[in-house]
Amino acid sequence: MKVRAQIGMVLNLDKCIGCHTCSITCKNVWTSREGVEYAWFNNVETKPGIGYPKEWENQSKWNGGWQRNSNGTLEPRQGNKRRLLANIFANPDLPEIDDYYEPFDFDYQHLHNAPDSKHQPVARPRSLITGQRMEKINWGPNWEEILGTEFSERKKDKNFDEVVQKDIYGQFEKTFMMYLPRLCEHCINPACVASCPSGAIYKREEDGIVLIDQDKCRGWRMCVSGCPYKKIYYNWKSGKSEKCIFCFPRIEAGQPTVCAETCVGRIRYLGVLLYDADKVEEVASVPNEQDLYPAQLSMFLDPHDPEVIAAAKAEGIPDSWLEAARQSPVYKMAMDWKVALPLHPEYRTLPMVWYIPPLSPIQTAVQAGHVGMAGVIPDLKSLRIPLRYLANLLTAGDEKPVVRALERMIAMRAFKRAQQVEGAEDLEVLNQVGLTAQQVEDMYRYMAIANYEDRFVIPTSHKAYAENAYDMKNGCGFSFGNGCSDGNNGVNLFGGKKQTVKQIIPVEMKE
Amino acid sequence: MTYLNTLLFGIYPYIALTIFIIGSIVRYDREQYTWKTGSSQLLESKQLKQGSKAFHIGVIMVLLGHFVGLLTPAEVWHVVGIEASHKQLIAMGLGGFFGIICFYGLTILLKRRLFNPRIRATSSNMDIAILLLLYVQLILGLASIFVSAGHMDGAEMLKLMSWAQNMVTFNGAEAAAAIAHVHWIYKLHVFLGMTLFVVFPFSRLVHIASVPLQYLSRNYQVVRSK
Repeated sequence: MKVRAQIGMVLNLDKCIGCHTCSITCKNVWTSREGVEYAWFNNVETKPGIGYPKEWENQSKWNGGWQRNSNGTLEPRQGNKRRLLANIFANPDLPEIDDYYEPFDFDYQHLHNAPDSKHQPVARPRSLITGQRMEKINWGPNWEEILGTEFSERKKDKNFDEVVQKDIYGQFEKTFMMYLPRLCEHCINPACVASCPSGAIYKREEDGIVLIDQDKCRGWRMCVSGCPYKKIYYNWKSGKSEKCIFCFPRIEAGQPTVCAETCVGRIRYLGVLLYDADKVEEVASVPNEQDLYPAQLSMFLDPHDPEVIAAAKAEGIPDSWLEAARQSPVYKMAMDWKVALPLHPEYRTLPMVWYIPPLSPIQTAVQAGHVGMAGVIPDLKSLRIPLRYLANLLTAGDEKPVVRALERMIAMRAFKRAQQVEGAEDLEVLNQVGLTAQQVEDMYRYMAIANYEDRFVIPTSHKAYAENAYDMKNGCGFSFGNGCSDGNNGVNLFGGKKQTVKQIIPVEMKE
Repeated sequence: MTYLNTLLFGIYPYIALTIFIIGSIVRYDREQYTWKTGSSQLLESKQLKQGSKAFHIGVIMVLLGHFVGLLTPAEVWHVVGIEASHKQLIAMGLGGFFGIICFYGLTILLKRRLFNPRIRATSSNMDIAILLLLYVQLILGLASIFVSAGHMDGAEMLKLMSWAQNMVTFNGAEAAAAIAHVHWIYKLHVFLGMTLFVVFPFSRLVHIASVPLQYLSRNYQVVRSK
């Protein structure tokens, strides 16, 4: 047993209101720079929909993630090492900027300095890449907001595969919509790391955060296509790939990530998970895709187990981390209550950002009387389409874990309602879903009340172990690349444009 | 003329190689963040796929040919049993073949670089300059095949080999003397070739030094401590 600790995240989709605060605060902090205007380390998608970039879940199109060979070994779906190097001159699986969207801004200045005219002046859009006028913006980072496009486009959503006949889709969309906030999964078996020819991407041993060494990245761009979640972005200005850094400077200081901190719906949870690193290969290569979720659960270690604690200490994991692991909301949701599920486990990357499925479509259907009841709990199996869809999203198509999670959430509501409204303890509903009263009280505390200190249990990193404080004296802190060694005359001896200077491309007016 | 000849072909190559080596080391050490391929595939993929593969395959083979052809001593060829005239024929044939593949790719890449609005707007001056430089150099190299066809005895080629071998053994004066009387097109080609070494550390050409062969032998997963 080789114990490793990782900070994981759970998002309670049942409470996501799709306000995009997470995306905006993340962008303001990390990607408001030239070269990554189009990149959203965190974005919120409306589902059903093809998402951002277009059809990112369709791996027969993008070839992201891993595939299992007939002999049981894993290799990146885009090719083994030799094939990957053979494609280095032109990556056949790389999305183009239009698969994300062409970044744009508006000529607001025109509102101030437009000459006197009969019509009100308007601010027209221009491309942030070419500086040219964009006559019509036809895609954006959130184009499908609240089912905003034609269904003919949206039905390409990969999660519809194997659901039912196409004509049911239209009916379906009247009853079902959900939000899916997405960020880097900080996988245990990351495909981006495996695809990087330079070895610039790495997983941090202490907290499991996956990072790109900006100095070592050479811009071979294989990680972009390797990541099945399409959460690595190529910075066209710096020529380097960038990704969600899980706000590591904040995590190290014991603070939640920006997206989690600013979430107004309080849907995000951060906590430590202990896992057995010796099992990674075995778990990631189980033959049946639907076994990946239970296999990943089997890899997580019980932080209360004295044997695990001893092994963790032998690996040098500090006590504060073990204590945090025992308090971890992520462990409770994934392991104790089993209400949190991984996003697309079939990619075999063992993702570490998990999701609690939304009840909203079920609730809508129940109120409309579409669903039979089994006691207090609606008979979820009669809701074939949303269940199948959620299962394709979260459990490689296995509906049982989704049903269990949803039933437990319904049971929690029923139990608390009986307790608070009727003053009775409805233990029968709990027996139906295999929970104890204490567990449900805990679920209620964490999922309904969701206090700050319950949502975020983040141990500060022990800097004294990792870094020599004397060496850090007079350091330049966080900078883009080696910001410290730039001269101050604005000209870079070795070419390229300075990262810290915003280049304004003048518009060519043709009116 | 001999002064100029000595300067350009006896001294300049050393200056160029010095800038190449020291400049690369300094950039790698001080400015590794700028050490990159500078790929623009994100902004335009279709033409790049056509051009980049042909260009890179062509140019790699052409460079390998130059390396082997110029720096292998004439005696070795003699022992192997390849006469100078034969070697010249092989060089013209292989060089011409891969040169044309390279030309096809580079033409597409240059057109893309200059006329695709997205690529043009995001190019640095050096990105454009380096492509133009390579294009001129390639055309000179291809044109020299026709000059070579005028004298198939391999004597001119031996002079160029002698220049290169004297250069790398630090006989600058002899090197300059060896190349003094070859056709101007070869001289221009050699001069531009040396200039490519000069611009190497200041351009995206540095990615040549980062061919990621170590990828083949490393584990898929990389774990690092903070």
